[in-house]
Amino acid sequence: MDLGSLTESIVFYLFAAIAVLGALGVVMARSPVRSALSLASVFISLAAMYVLLNAGFLAVAQIMIYAGAVLILFLFVIMVLNPRVDVLGARTGTQTLIAIAFTVALAVLIIATVSSGQIAPATGKFTPEVLADFQHVEIIGALLFSEFLLPFEIASMLLLVAIVGAMTLARREKGAHKNIEG
Amino acid sequence: MNILGISVDPAIVKFIILVVQCIVWIVALLTTFAYIQLVERWTIARIQVRIGPNRTGPRGLLQPLADAIKALFKEELVPTNADKLVFVLAPMISVSCALLAFAVIPVAPPINLFGVEIPMQIADVDVGVLYILAIGSVSVYGTVLAGWSSNNKYSLLGSLRAAAQLISYEVTLGLALVGVFMLTSTLSLNGIVDYQKNFGWLIAPQIIGFFLYVIASIAETNRLPFDLPEAETELIAGYYTEYSSIKFAFFFMAEYINIITVCAVTTTLFLGGFLSPLSGIPFLRDIPILAWDGIWWFALKVFVLIFIFMWIRGTFPRLRYDQLMNFTWKAMLPAALLNILITAGIVLYPEILRLLNGQVTLR
Repeated sequence: MDLGSLTESIVFYLFAAIAVLGALGVVMARSPVRSALSLASVFISLAAMYVLLNAGFLAVAQIMIYAGAVLILFLFVIMVLNPRVDVLGARTGTQTLIAIAFTVALAVLIIATVSSGQIAPATGKFTPEVLADFQHVEIIGALLFSEFLLPFEIASMLLLVAIVGAMTLARREKGAHKNIEG
Repeated sequence: MNILGISVDPAIVKFIILVVQCIVWIVALLTTFAYIQLVERWTIARIQVRIGPNRTGPRGLLQPLADAIKALFKEELVPTNADKLVFVLAPMISVSCALLAFAVIPVAPPINLFGVEIPMQIADVDVGVLYILAIGSVSVYGTVLAGWSSNNKYSLLGSLRAAAQLISYEVTLGLALVGVFMLTSTLSLNGIVDYQKNFGWLIAPQIIGFFLYVIASIAETNRLPFDLPEAETELIAGYYTEYSSIKFAFFFMAEYINIITVCAVTTTLFLGGFLSPLSGIPFLRDIPILAWDGIWWFALKVFVLIFIFMWIRGTFPRLRYDQLMNFTWKAMLPAALLNILITAGIVLYPEILRLLNGQVTLR
């Protein structure tokens, strides 16, 4: 094994371990802030996986959007509400049992699928050799504005509707409260 | 590969270079941090008609060392009801994010040592600029978690302000750079410097983008006039009120390294990076060293920008919270979008002309 692939596997197993531990942290931590923090570590280790798979743009987008924007807003809300551990209520036995049952079922499903050998590595147009000659952003941009223009536009419309909806819900009725903003 | 007559595996050479580079970069950044902070205290003192630190060593030059020793030996306090793990983690996140961002910035042209080409940049990623923005968005965690974990009302208010401010200014920060990408059609910082070598510095066509980026980056580094998360008169010290000793020093370190990083990014994207400004001028371009591209030009440009940051800190009063939010959403964001529109017009101008003349038709 040469040095390159050795480092690659070290990085892979390191971040895989962090991702799994982080995922466990999300469900097992009692404090919601710690859960959110564990989720951030999962997002960042997934980004490292994307880098190993030659998808640098996806990795950076993952960190910027999920870890940097979505999760920060989660944290913001958690911090404003600041729920105490005792308010959240204790875990019940039934909850734990159901969780264990579903986890085991999912694990069996995943192991069965992988060991059946039906998952072949898919090879598309963009192999690492092709990607070496192009910039990722160039390819993604070209595809986004030609082949996938319609889904792209629909997604942006959806986001616009969500923003307008949030504004409408958050806006105060005139005269109901004194406007805080100057 | 042959170095000094000994054959070595190129992968190992690459690995050793990388490790040495990381160490040199970190040491250089920490030293610069220590002295930037001293220079800032002198500058601010001069602006406020004070003398500033001048007792420790000749002209106060040993002040950073004294500060470091003092920070190390102070008693380390953790509030009783604090979330201890998160409390310790927060300053670490801040410092590591500050240091990480510098990895993609080319500080000088590649040098040749014993037949090995060494790039003066730790990693040349083809999404370099986005990487810096991503690291910037992660560094918000340090600030936000510090305030929350302290279990102190003032700290929490500080970090809530920080979260809102940083997320808002990040939008402008990113959009201000879009014009640069449109002109250079690359996201790699090396590629952007190459473009500027051929077509001139980007501050000229991207003057709006330059000012927007500088203003947004002052807000991102939490400095006056945008230092609401740590406004002394309202919030004691904001999100790091409860921090003492070396953990306090960590936040300080993160703030100043972030300043160095944003100035280095501005230099690379808008001011030609390590390129010499004399190379296009007759007679002057023959002067050795001064007319060569190199780290000295990079350092000079970065220091000028940092000095402007200090000057702004000494000059402007702090904004009110609603002014802060109105400024980014109602003034800077539309200006950034307008800049994108204008740049798109410039980039597509030849195409539009050909379309109007009927030389090409829309598909």
